[in-house]
Amino acid sequence: MSISQPAFNESPVTQPELIINDFSITVATVNGSGSQTSNLTILRALFKMGIPVSGKNLFPSNIQGLPTWYTIRVSKDGYLARREEQEIMVAMNPATFIQDLANVSPGGVFIYPDDITFKIERTDIHTYTMPVKRLVKESEAPSNLRDYIANMVYVGVLSNLLNVDLDKIYSALDFHFKAKTKPIELNFGVVKAAYDWAATNLVKADRFQVAPMNETNDCIMADGNTAAALGAIYGGVQFAAWYPITPATSLAESLNEYLPKLRRDPETEKNTFVVLQAEDELAAIGMAIGAGWSGLRSMTSTSGPGLSLMTEYAGLAYFSEVPVVVWDVQRVGPSTGLPTRTAQGDITFTYFMGHGDTQMIMLLPCSVNECFEFGWKAFDIAERLQTPIFVLSDLDLGMNQWMSNPFTYPDQPMDRGKILWEEDLNKLEKRWGRYQDVDGDGIPYRTVPGNKHPLAPYFTRGTGHDENARYSEDSETWRKLLDRLALKFQTARNYVPKPVVEKMEGARVAIISYGSTEPAIVEARQKLIQQGLKTDFLRLRAVPFTQEVDDFVKDYDRIYVIEMNRDGQMHKLLCMAYPEQTTRLISIAYTDGLPMTARNIGEMILAKEEN
Amino acid sequence: MDVQTANGPRSQVNLIGLSRADYRGNPTTLCQGCGHNSISNQIISAAYEVNLEPESVVKFSGIGCSSKSPTYFLNRSFGFNGLHGRMPSLATGALFGDHTLKGLAVSGDGDTASIGMGQFKHAIRRNLRLVYIVENNGVYGLTKGQFSATAEMGLRLKNQGTNPYMPIDIALEALVGNATFVARSFAGDPKQVKELIKAALSHGGISVLDIISPCVTFNNQDSAMHSYTWGKEHEVALHELSFVPPAEEIMIEYGEGEAKEVTMHDGSTVILKKLGKDYDPTNRSEALRVLEEANAQQVLLTGLIYINTEQPSLREIYNITETPLNRLSQERIRPSRESMEMVNGLMF
Ligand SMILES: Cc1ncc(C[n+]2csc(CCOP(=O)(O)OP(=O)(O)O)c2C)c(N)n1
Ligand code: SF4
Ligand SMILES: [Mg+2]
Repeated sequence: MSISQPAFNESPVTQPELIINDFSITVATVNGSGSQTSNLTILRALFKMGIPVSGKNLFPSNIQGLPTWYTIRVSKDGYLARREEQEIMVAMNPATFIQDLANVSPGGVFIYPDDITFKIERTDIHTYTMPVKRLVKESEAPSNLRDYIANMVYVGVLSNLLNVDLDKIYSALDFHFKAKTKPIELNFGVVKAAYDWAATNLVKADRFQVAPMNETNDCIMADGNTAAALGAIYGGVQFAAWYPITPATSLAESLNEYLPKLRRDPETEKNTFVVLQAEDELAAIGMAIGAGWSGLRSMTSTSGPGLSLMTEYAGLAYFSEVPVVVWDVQRVGPSTGLPTRTAQGDITFTYFMGHGDTQMIMLLPCSVNECFEFGWKAFDIAERLQTPIFVLSDLDLGMNQWMSNPFTYPDQPMDRGKILWEEDLNKLEKRWGRYQDVDGDGIPYRTVPGNKHPLAPYFTRGTGHDENARYSEDSETWRKLLDRLALKFQTARNYVPKPVVEKMEGARVAIISYGSTEPAIVEARQKLIQQGLKTDFLRLRAVPFTQEVDDFVKDYDRIYVIEMNRDGQMHKLLCMAYPEQTTRLISIAYTDGLPMTARNIGEMILAKEEN
Repeated sequence: MDVQTANGPRSQVNLIGLSRADYRGNPTTLCQGCGHNSISNQIISAAYEVNLEPESVVKFSGIGCSSKSPTYFLNRSFGFNGLHGRMPSLATGALFGDHTLKGLAVSGDGDTASIGMGQFKHAIRRNLRLVYIVENNGVYGLTKGQFSATAEMGLRLKNQGTNPYMPIDIALEALVGNATFVARSFAGDPKQVKELIKAALSHGGISVLDIISPCVTFNNQDSAMHSYTWGKEHEVALHELSFVPPAEEIMIEYGEGEAKEVTMHDGSTVILKKLGKDYDPTNRSEALRVLEEANAQQVLLTGLIYINTEQPSLREIYNITETPLNRLSQERIRPSRESMEMVNGLMF
């Protein structure tokens, strides 16, 4: 992948030639105004034109009436991270008008409804007004829909100014409205009218344009939560309990949407799944653990505050060795914090979740494809290791639309782990005991309710227990049990996803990161080459760290651990795991609620390099 | 029935060839005379007498002296001793594993009416197939004698002073929460406890048994409303209960108006022989009234207070496969390879 501009500050103002497929569009609206349909329509149309795009919704925690921004990055080079620069601004919200105006990059474009009367003094940008009210009136839309379709006006005007293919706009609307002719025609009518109006009334003076490419032909467009739900469905999820919380809600709702399509027996019309909305997160995880204990592929999904409530049960599941999958779609802060903003702030909390000694296993997806992949793999790992598996996504990954490769069917059969049914018990020579470490890997064998073999039943408890699941307060028994759980955590290194490592010839500096910061880091590394800094890159995909991480951390002069939190949480875990490397592991932790940008990362690394 | 077993003397067995010992648990570690022990014994007797297959039961409990008791009965059943107040959620999830299994849960008044009130009420409204026994002693036994939420106002306890609050009535809470089977009983009335447990085991949904179960160590003063003495002196039974399993014939004949019969989910019958006034346990407003009245008159009203056999159970609501979910093969829970393309097609 190559990159056109060398510096972090791109200033396109003086050059006359066109800028094609390489800019950002931001739409400022109020939330609850239906602008999401318009924004997704533009995003999808560009995607269908074969141009790499990404879209991010920067929205408030509110149902209606507060400012919200949607930003679309168009990138011929395929960069998907957020950028600071905003070349094209559509200012639909009078309340943020002045701020939005100030934020347009020099040389950029500012489009707004003609009923906002404000004298614009900036001369370094191009401005266009749109007769939004008039066009809406002329559309003859029913009055209750007028506010919604008003947003279609900017879709039409932008399409004209940027040269977006109207056929693609049509197919985006067709997809959005699930081929329902009436709303499609109504919305498209407004788009077309606005397009035609712009064609006759606007004189294009700016340099921004899109042009068809061939870069997205084989791609899909999806959000991480949908991908996670689909992954879970292909992983055979049988039980999911949840409690609504942004930004995790759409994960469970996607289960509700796709499970009946994919997992209802066509002959009997019976379900092979249960999705249950619990009364709170304590109950959600309790149910999920009950189901996991009884032999179901079981999960729950939540975000930070819900995770806090799940702690006591997570500790019990760790200690009583129950498989369960917990998706944590991270958001900002404790309590409500910034519930609609993104972060990677639950790393240390999750790792230590529970009292006494606990070590939790975490999977760290960075993309929609990995959300799908870990969606099914998490069950294999949970059942293999008989322990809770936490999958840490975040709001940016979970809720925004990402172009990505199509989902690929699981490449391995399910691993149901060490589970014994009646016939297995019949074949055993030695008497089975629930917590015996027969194989020396710390993982015992289990039976589940419904197994009618007389030797199958056992009693599961949070109290101290011996190898045969009997109550015990014996000190030695307790110590041995904790040691076996620690051994099991070591065994987990063989089952969790390995990191992804990318090297450059001669790099002495490296980056470690995880999760949704990946696109920004990929871009930052390219830009850093132009600044004379070569970097190798290891992207963690799980905790515990595997052999590849052991080897990687020894290899460099400096390793920057980049993450979206204040305290450098993964950096801390790495320092704990590799105490002898702590002087080389340097934390770059930054969190402001927004997805990281390449510029930001590059600047932070260069600042440290200069020290 | 007497049979000759291969390796020993003749021993009493039930219709499925199990002896009482097959229903036992480990020796109890609770205080001698604790009401909870007497309830454990009645669980064993009830299970033996209704020919329950131990492997078809899953035991659950929260935390407390009461919640320890699942290890004192049905050793041949799976069990899960969960968290304080959070047992209902555990049972809700676990019972989906194999829907042919019955849940049998033991909780305490602290476990249910304080920390666990939320999960208790929500399990009730979901109507899962669970026998939910609350061993109610008005006190926290395991943490040594603090007031529980069911303790009566004015109760005086050592080191605790006088309870200033109004109590929570578990049977009333269950009823208000739309429980489909509500009973109250008294550990000092073992026969009734046993018959109620049998009936509860035959119920298709949730059955809440609020059983006054004296804590002999911390709350058994004669004047305390959860003591043996108070219970003995104030118990008023709504009816005399007897349970007739599905296959058995009803042997006793009752005269006109002398008894009521309730047909249970599994075809068994509960016969309610009239004692004093007429009582119809299928009438919800009547049930609410008698509970209110009992509280006003300070009597320990026992018996089958309410039953509704019509309400669908949680499993029915979810329309799951006949094969237990936990026995479904990979082929049945992983969509086909071909479907992947269709799914990708939906992703715009
Ligand atoms: C989260 C939590 N808080 C507190 C406790 C301590 N605790 C153990 S048992 C108990 C009360 C039990 O009372 P009850 O349910 O009435 O049972 P009983 O012992 O009276 O049978 C408490 C508070 C605990 N185990 N867990
Ligand atoms: S303390 Fe009370 S409740 Fe606990 S075992 Fe003893 S008598 Fe029973
Ligand atoms: Mg108690």
